[in-house]
Amino acid sequence: MAGSAAEPFVEAFDDLTSDASAPAWVQSMRRAAFERFGTLGFPTTKNEDWHFTSVSPIVDHDYVFLAAKSGDIGRDELAPFTFGATGWYTMVFVNGRFAPGLSDIAKLPNGVKLWDLASAWTKAPDVVDRVGKLATYDTQAFTALNTAFMLDGAVVQIAKDTEVDRPIHLVFVTDATAAKGMMHPRNLILVGKHAKATVIESFVSTTDAVYFTNAVTEVSVGEGATLQHYKMQRESARAFHVGTIEASQARDSHYISFSLATGAALSRTNVYTTLDGEGSGATLNGLYMANGEQHVDHQTQIIHAQPNCFSREMYKGVLDGRSHGVFNGKVYVHPIAQKTDGKQTNNNLLLSETAHVDTKPQLEIFADDVKCTHGATVGQIDQTALFYLKSRGIDSALARRLLTYAFAAGVLETIEVNEVREALEKMTLERFV
Amino acid sequence: MSLIEIKDLHATVGDKEILKGIDLTVDAGEIHAVMGPNGSGKSTLAQVLAGNPAYEVTGGSVTYDGKDLLALPPEERAQHGIFLAFQYPVEIPGVSNAYFLRAAYNEVRKAHGEEEVDPLEFADFMEEKLALVDMDASMLNRSVNQGFSGGEKKRNEILQMAVLQPRLAILDETDSGLDIDALRIVADGVNKLKRPDNATIVVTHYQRLLNYIVPDFVHVLVNGRIAKSGGKELALELEDKGYDWVTSGAPVGAGAA
Repeated sequence: MAGSAAEPFVEAFDDLTSDASAPAWVQSMRRAAFERFGTLGFPTTKNEDWHFTSVSPIVDHDYVFLAAKSGDIGRDELAPFTFGATGWYTMVFVNGRFAPGLSDIAKLPNGVKLWDLASAWTKAPDVVDRVGKLATYDTQAFTALNTAFMLDGAVVQIAKDTEVDRPIHLVFVTDATAAKGMMHPRNLILVGKHAKATVIESFVSTTDAVYFTNAVTEVSVGEGATLQHYKMQRESARAFHVGTIEASQARDSHYISFSLATGAALSRTNVYTTLDGEGSGATLNGLYMANGEQHVDHQTQIIHAQPNCFSREMYKGVLDGRSHGVFNGKVYVHPIAQKTDGKQTNNNLLLSETAHVDTKPQLEIFADDVKCTHGATVGQIDQTALFYLKSRGIDSALARRLLTYAFAAGVLETIEVNEVREALEKMTLERFV
Repeated sequence: MSLIEIKDLHATVGDKEILKGIDLTVDAGEIHAVMGPNGSGKSTLAQVLAGNPAYEVTGGSVTYDGKDLLALPPEERAQHGIFLAFQYPVEIPGVSNAYFLRAAYNEVRKAHGEEEVDPLEFADFMEEKLALVDMDASMLNRSVNQGFSGGEKKRNEILQMAVLQPRLAILDETDSGLDIDALRIVADGVNKLKRPDNATIVVTHYQRLLNYIVPDFVHVLVNGRIAKSGGKELALELEDKGYDWVTSGAPVGAGAA
């Protein structure tokens, strides 16, 4: 593979695959994915899906693969990231590896099973055989790289008819020992028929180090099941983050996603779902807030593969400084997906002259009896609202900050988990007010 | 000294001149009604006095409490006691009414060199204010005006007025869209806030509100000028004869308080 994009990773890959603790099929999938990555290479801006995001800041660094357990994080250091909640089922991963001592999964209710991926290969082989089936690496270089290096992560299995009483929180935290490291967390979430669960993934840091997180989460939502799936990207300000979620939905299921992105120097979040059963629905919401030189990119993809499905999408962005936001929302409606009901909005608030955003709604509709709308806005603070606040004696600067907060709060209010909504509202209020 | 003295006020929005020479003087303790047909400039007058930057003042002067009002930005006008009850109150999602009201109250206190109040003190202070407009304390936890009915929005305006205790309140079509019960509550609140040292300008299209907030003076605005002024009986006459009576009969630009 001399000269290929894979070259800098060869040594780490050989080290990883020389350890034979993973089953043979996993080893061969890793190898196939690594080869595929070598062929694909990192995407360039000539690739339509990466037109507005250059990954060269990621590629310009050399990374050490964080294979061994590392780091020294106490429970008190996790407090800022746990939404003040108690009693949640929590799995903590430090620098990419499972940290049982920081996790709270001893008392799981009936129907809920959680494993760390590294031990699930042997402990739950019939569950993890879904790995690689939902997220494909044929065309996605970062997913290929993740698949080559998949070592640890969370495996969540919710049995049919189980309504999980409280959220499952997956915390991926880095500390200073992650500096110059790379992690490829791989998660699998399987929600059984008519089950109901909430899973929160947090990517957070106690350091300002440069590191690279490349996460993939595969999701299967069974018939009539509901999954609320929150992703909180609050990485170190100098980190790089690529996170891909690929969901597959059975009939009458509802997948509810919320993506928050405030961290990292450069981040790309992909949220992909396929409505693969009649009567299913997807709600994809998100909020990105960037400042300084930050680059924050979201790509969503909703595939309407069956009739009578709905999708709702609302993403908001607040961009300050010289930051750059990107939103690309794809909706595909297959020829058989009649009566599709889709709505997408992306609103952006620019707080400085030098911040900018590229927003690209992308609808491809091959059925003739559908209702699909989309709208994107890029604007500044609403002058009428600004005058309203000023007319109450509130000075101009505070009024602007309050309205910025209010803009963001408009999408935060869709979050159904009270602790998460309140924590994010507080965080946003403190950011601007 | 008059509380506010408006002299030959001209204002435009875009290229269009809306106010074409308004003269109006209001003393402390008085209630003035400004009436007029749609498009006559009533709301523009209200917005200009509050300092809406969407309107440009092209001539004339406004002296308020001895100060050049037009030189002050809107927030300072508010801090000095000008209050505009909006015809269309703005929704602010995510900002609770309680937070908003306390922020406004504290900004005004700060401007007067007074100490800010904390949330607990403010909650006590709010109790009687809520009663004044017959509002439940739960309204304080909702986002400002979001999902409020038309009546709730207008009551929320009067609640803000009660909190800020202005010296000059300008009510811009506060009666529009209100049923009779809501109208009574709103008017009742305004009346209870009346003091010998403050004044109110009621901008309205209809005489109905003036049954509840009884004005000392009524002015009829036509085409950017005050066409006729009189006592409260003028409103009844207008109700009877319609605005055509003024637009066709009265000499334009002659009236003043």
